[in-house]
Amino acid sequence: LGLALYASSLCAMSGATFLYHDYCVIGAGPAGLQAAYFLQQAGRDYVVFERSHAPGSFFALYPRHRKLISINKQYTGKSNSEFNLRHDWNSLLSHDRRLLFRRYSRDFFPSADTMVRYLEDFASLLKLQIQYNTAIIHVTLEKNEQAWNGHYFILTDQDRKNYKCSSLLVAAGTWVPNVVNFPGSEYVEGYETVSINPEDFAGQTVLILGRGNSAFETAENILGVTNFIHMVSRSRVRLSWATHYVGDLRAINNGLLDTYQLKSLDGLLEGDLEDLAIVKDKKGKLHITLRFYLENRNISAGIDSITLPQDELDNFATRAPYDRVIRCLGWKFDFSIYNRSLRMMPGKGNIKKYPQIKPSYESRGTRGLFVLGTASHSVDFRKSAGGFIHGFRYTTRAVHRLLENRHHGVPWPSTVYPITQLTNSIIKRVNEASGLYQMFSVLADIILLRENATAFEYLEEYPVGVLAELEMQTGRKAHNGLFVIIMEYGRNFSGADKDVFYYNRAVGEAQHAWQSNFLHPVIYYYKRLPTEREMRLRPPEWPLPQPDAIHHIVEDFLTDWTAPNAHILPLRRFLENCLGTDLRNFFAESCFLFAFTHQKLPPSCQQGYVRMQGLVGSQELRHHAVQAGLLQDYTHMDFLGDRPPDSHHGSQEQLRDHGIPVRPLQHLVNAKDE
Amino acid sequence: MSAQKDSCISSLIFLLFCACSIPRSGSASLQQEPSPQHYFSGLEAGRASLAFFTPSVSPGGQPFLEQIESSAEALQDYGISVVKVDCPKEDLSRYCGKENALRKAFLFRGSRLIREFPTDALFDVNSIVANVLFALLFNEVKYIETLADFENIENVLKGKSNMVFAYVPATGTAEHRAVMEAAFVYGTIHQFVLTTEAALLKATSPEDPDVSSAWLLFCHCQRATEPAQPCRRTALAQPLTLLNIHRHLKLMGAPLVTEVAEDPEKISTVHLQLGLPLVFILSQKETYEADRRTAEFVAWQLLGKAGVALLSRDLVDLNVLHRSNIALKTPDEGMPIQYLVLEDTDEVITLVEDKNKVKQIQEDEQEEEEDEDEKESNNQDIQDDQVVEAVSRDKKRELPLEQILVLTEENFHSSLSEAAQTVVLFYASWEAVSLAVLRSYSEVAAHLKGTPGVLLSRVNCWDWTGLCSQENVTQFPTLRIYKEGQQSVTYGGMWGTEELSSFILLSQVSCPLKLATMDEAEGYLRGEFPSELSSHHHTSLLGVFSTATSEAREAFEEAGNILSGHVRMGMYFEDDALALSQKYSVSPPALLLARSGGRSVEGIALSKHSVQDMVQMIRYELLDVFPEITVPNLPQYLQLRKPFLILFSAGDISQMESKEMLKLAKRRPQQEFVACWLNLKKTPVGHGILRTYFPTTPSLPVLLWVKLQAGGQVFKFPSEQPITEVNILSWLEKLQAGLEIPSSTLSEEDWKPPLPAYDFLQMMEHSMAELSPQPRDTPAEQPPNSPRGDTATQEEPSQESRAEEVGSPGRDLRGTAPRLAARDKQGKRHSEL
Repeated sequence: LGLALYASSLCAMSGATFLYHDYCVIGAGPAGLQAAYFLQQAGRDYVVFERSHAPGSFFALYPRHRKLISINKQYTGKSNSEFNLRHDWNSLLSHDRRLLFRRYSRDFFPSADTMVRYLEDFASLLKLQIQYNTAIIHVTLEKNEQAWNGHYFILTDQDRKNYKCSSLLVAAGTWVPNVVNFPGSEYVEGYETVSINPEDFAGQTVLILGRGNSAFETAENILGVTNFIHMVSRSRVRLSWATHYVGDLRAINNGLLDTYQLKSLDGLLEGDLEDLAIVKDKKGKLHITLRFYLENRNISAGIDSITLPQDELDNFATRAPYDRVIRCLGWKFDFSIYNRSLRMMPGKGNIKKYPQIKPSYESRGTRGLFVLGTASHSVDFRKSAGGFIHGFRYTTRAVHRLLENRHHGVPWPSTVYPITQLTNSIIKRVNEASGLYQMFSVLADIILLRENATAFEYLEEYPVGVLAELEMQTGRKAHNGLFVIIMEYGRNFSGADKDVFYYNRAVGEAQHAWQSNFLHPVIYYYKRLPTEREMRLRPPEWPLPQPDAIHHIVEDFLTDWTAPNAHILPLRRFLENCLGTDLRNFFAESCFLFAFTHQKLPPSCQQGYVRMQGLVGSQELRHHAVQAGLLQDYTHMDFLGDRPPDSHHGSQEQLRDHGIPVRPLQHLVNAKDE
Repeated sequence: MSAQKDSCISSLIFLLFCACSIPRSGSASLQQEPSPQHYFSGLEAGRASLAFFTPSVSPGGQPFLEQIESSAEALQDYGISVVKVDCPKEDLSRYCGKENALRKAFLFRGSRLIREFPTDALFDVNSIVANVLFALLFNEVKYIETLADFENIENVLKGKSNMVFAYVPATGTAEHRAVMEAAFVYGTIHQFVLTTEAALLKATSPEDPDVSSAWLLFCHCQRATEPAQPCRRTALAQPLTLLNIHRHLKLMGAPLVTEVAEDPEKISTVHLQLGLPLVFILSQKETYEADRRTAEFVAWQLLGKAGVALLSRDLVDLNVLHRSNIALKTPDEGMPIQYLVLEDTDEVITLVEDKNKVKQIQEDEQEEEEDEDEKESNNQDIQDDQVVEAVSRDKKRELPLEQILVLTEENFHSSLSEAAQTVVLFYASWEAVSLAVLRSYSEVAAHLKGTPGVLLSRVNCWDWTGLCSQENVTQFPTLRIYKEGQQSVTYGGMWGTEELSSFILLSQVSCPLKLATMDEAEGYLRGEFPSELSSHHHTSLLGVFSTATSEAREAFEEAGNILSGHVRMGMYFEDDALALSQKYSVSPPALLLARSGGRSVEGIALSKHSVQDMVQMIRYELLDVFPEITVPNLPQYLQLRKPFLILFSAGDISQMESKEMLKLAKRRPQQEFVACWLNLKKTPVGHGILRTYFPTTPSLPVLLWVKLQAGGQVFKFPSEQPITEVNILSWLEKLQAGLEIPSSTLSEEDWKPPLPAYDFLQMMEHSMAELSPQPRDTPAEQPPNSPRGDTATQEEPSQESRAEEVGSPGRDLRGTAPRLAARDKQGKRHSEL
């Protein structure tokens, strides 16, 4: 078939009737729509291919029980739209405030139907270019030196129609169900088709294969009507509140854990599904046995001749027969449509369901092919949120920015600030930025210092895995050192077997901030951009190579990092010591004094007061500063006396008044007058 | 300071290593020998060793054994090995057989026994080292008991070599050890003489000495060529430690007066290296002989305290006052050389001694500071930002913000369209500077309450981040005035109540304001028109244009846009513009400047027509000729980048001073300096300035010349002279010619981080071992945990020890400094015991 397809596409090529677009996007799911939005905003030539008649076809079927487990928080007590996105896991990014998910549903865990409706609105309100009912069944390359990447992508749809694109964005998701083959697997029902009516399970004994959210969701639905449910999978249960990974078992689905641990008949088992075998007895009951027993037997001899484990081990756990066995093993990426020349290879180990991509989301096999959305989760599988809407909406934006720089000479958006705004710009972002928060340890804000550290450039949400390529990928220069701002959990805090509720799990003191367990901002300082080798050799568990200096902002119960003493002050000290300068703010009066007593001024005076933007400060404030010993009050000076007022002694030390040394020689010269 | 100490230590080590060229055996400090036979057969000729004999079945640790063991390392530096010899049970030879021999230590040179030490003489490391060296240096160090002995030795040495005489209260002390160690190094150069007699101490020291403390004299006998000439003596003023003795001997060995013919900045002598000042006597060809005698005289007085150099001015082109005769170079790096005019030699000596005193005090202070630093490093979490601290102290006070409309994403655009002019403060509620400005803003609101047509509002960008980024607000705070149908104007001035109010008021009328009639124009210059601004007493500026000069007019309008809110600008271009301008004896295009309510109107012809030039010219013209400097207006004058001639006054300045200064300021149109005055009553921070310039507040008024830019010198106008134009001018001339000495210099210091940050990297490395084996430069091929990496880390210390073994004088000495320091410390501890 492959050959035939290849031949036919060759034919079509010679016919040279291609529909050309700069960008082709496969799939109009959340990631495809998100990519389309950014392409549309940038005025790019693009098209989205969707095999269904409407966007989000996956959500039209899944989850089968229709309850999304991504939270839709109505209220946060804040009006900051960026901050609120941290707790809105369903909305896509757009400028249109109508397209916020909370306007579509009031449910904390909304229905999948709402998601379908939302995606339809997103596509239509934003007038995205989507070609529905177009299933791309083959993708191949056409070499061409003129092309952006040295080749064009040729896409063929179900009607043998061909499309030619310079850049291919694969947002096809993972939709091919994972299937295991073992003797008797024909008796297994799939999650895709199993009944969702609990009545159908009344009085039945059910075995569920798999231990993900779909398995538990299925169990949750029938928990009340079955005799009991057993659940079997290779690995132990991974609770998302212990692993801090949203893809693990969410508390909303974990009713079966309750009934298992309270000995209410339901139960969990560990075992490799590959070793499993199912035999059906004459009554239609399903018995669990091991492949091992079957290999030596003649299966055709019938059930009676087959050894069951309980024959040898009479207390074998799953010796009770089951009425139904349901497979809930998740999905994988559809590798079948890509020509071999594209080298779309599955990942290794636990990421084999995803195609191999670089941290820049570009395919390892083909330049110009980017994988977006769920299928791109190999970058941060079991770590961050890149496989979910609230994560990949940001990584998609990052990919778009990389492409804008690569193909259109639009450098990564950045803002240049004077150095006095350094602490502020970091505090602002760590408090509200949603991309940093959701895609923790994957996306990072980058601060590029300008010469002499008088100004800096702020880049938002850059994929940290390609930090070494920053200059090439963003079109910005990093000659004078940089800060990388990311969010991290404590290194040994999360894990399936970790107790995340132990006493003193939270750190409160700024000086112990590096031991913070919960998500908190971390700032890495590099005097120069790390090289690719350093990135490769970074310590295990580190998102980045060892920096020249590091700062942790202590975790906060409210995730509000604006406390002047616990959060901002240590950050300022860190920045000051990295830059070797004094970043304190000064009132105009202090700057006035410095202007007359120092040849150099601190940055706050240099960039504020001297440019006629000094901070005069109200009477009360200056009074407070005097009381704090940080400002000297000269109003009550004794005009003739020269005694140093002791009360102000402390203030001078605090301010470190860089006083001019007294020159006693002056008296020598003046006094002697022969 | 520590650098000097280091160099001092390293040079001492150098000497030590030169002296002990005897190869050292093994790295283990204490040798063990299985039997006496074995020991004696291995002795090298000329090699000293200290041996003690113990029965192989030890009857329990003898207390002095520990001391001997710990002194082994110290003695090894002098090529003396310490050997513990085991006596086999059956051995009944001389050393092993006798009971009492076991309570003694024996010093051998080669196989010859030099001395037996009873163990009670070897009570600690100091006593062991002192006694052993004393025994070995029997010829080099003479022990004397009477004054006659002393004088005899002096007489013998005269013209030949110098003598080092030391008094120690007892042998075996730390001081005794220090003297012996010094003798080991210098014994061949100087004659060492030691005594424990208090009578000798009293005879040689000038004052009533303390017999319980050691004392060291350097007798310059080599210089005494005549038998009748006495040896000059220089006492060591510091406590007797090896380091101090070494330093003292080095200083005594240095030439009395160094003759130099080079830039003093480049000169370095042993004195500077040892942390002492160097005094230059500036000499001339004519007075060379006398100067040389003076220099020698001074040098004897300062011996041990400072170095003296004779510098011929004829040979070196010095850029200093001609009158200067003395220069002082201090060892502190970065301190400039001081050139002085001194009258007699006593002054030179007091100068150095005072300097030392000052230094002593400074050192004390530094120590205090260091203590404080230590304290402060725990104070990292104490707020030292005056603005942040002030705002957080004020946070409980509720601000009167009722007058200020709160804008949100929802009502922002609708509110803007409702009022003709909306003032918006964009701020972040967590940011200190924003909150400080918000306080001033609330005062502005109270101030402008009831002013028609002004709507004050605010947007909290922490709540409405989308709105702020839409409005392109990237910095907090930002103040903008939105006017219907016009581009918004962003405020770029001081964040004070007055300045903000003035900006908001001025922004009400268009800038420049088009004046329609001659009456309006005249009213405008008098400050009466437009009525909105009648309360505003600032300089008014009127551009007068004939209909033909449209180019200039357009530039003026553009300049008005830029200066909007900051300058009161009007323009008049009716037919009778010519008549208006001629009234002020200019012809259009021209600017009319009405200062202080129109009492004086000045006409300026407009020659430049570019917008930038015009803005710059307007800004310049608005500056006063002889302004009173205040906190808000200083930046305007700073931008001229000129030195300040500034008169500090306790209150208003007198008519006379004002008149004289004004005359001076007006002398040339483009002055090279800013003539101004400061009212200490109005600007009390001026006291802070004076206090920094002068140790005591000078009598007011005081006139100063402050070079804010290059050099940063501050000169004080002689207080006895009256402040008149003539006097000032002649003073300035002298000043320019370099004939005046600055009273002070502005600090050149950089603004460094006030306190260190938490070193999380270090803390993480401490706790997590897995971080450290990942150095940045591991070769890529090499896996991080390869055995090679391990051996590399093991290799390091062994290399170090090998380096120590080599001990050749050419090797890098820096590595050994800590070792010596460590031993010194140990010595101290023992002496305390």
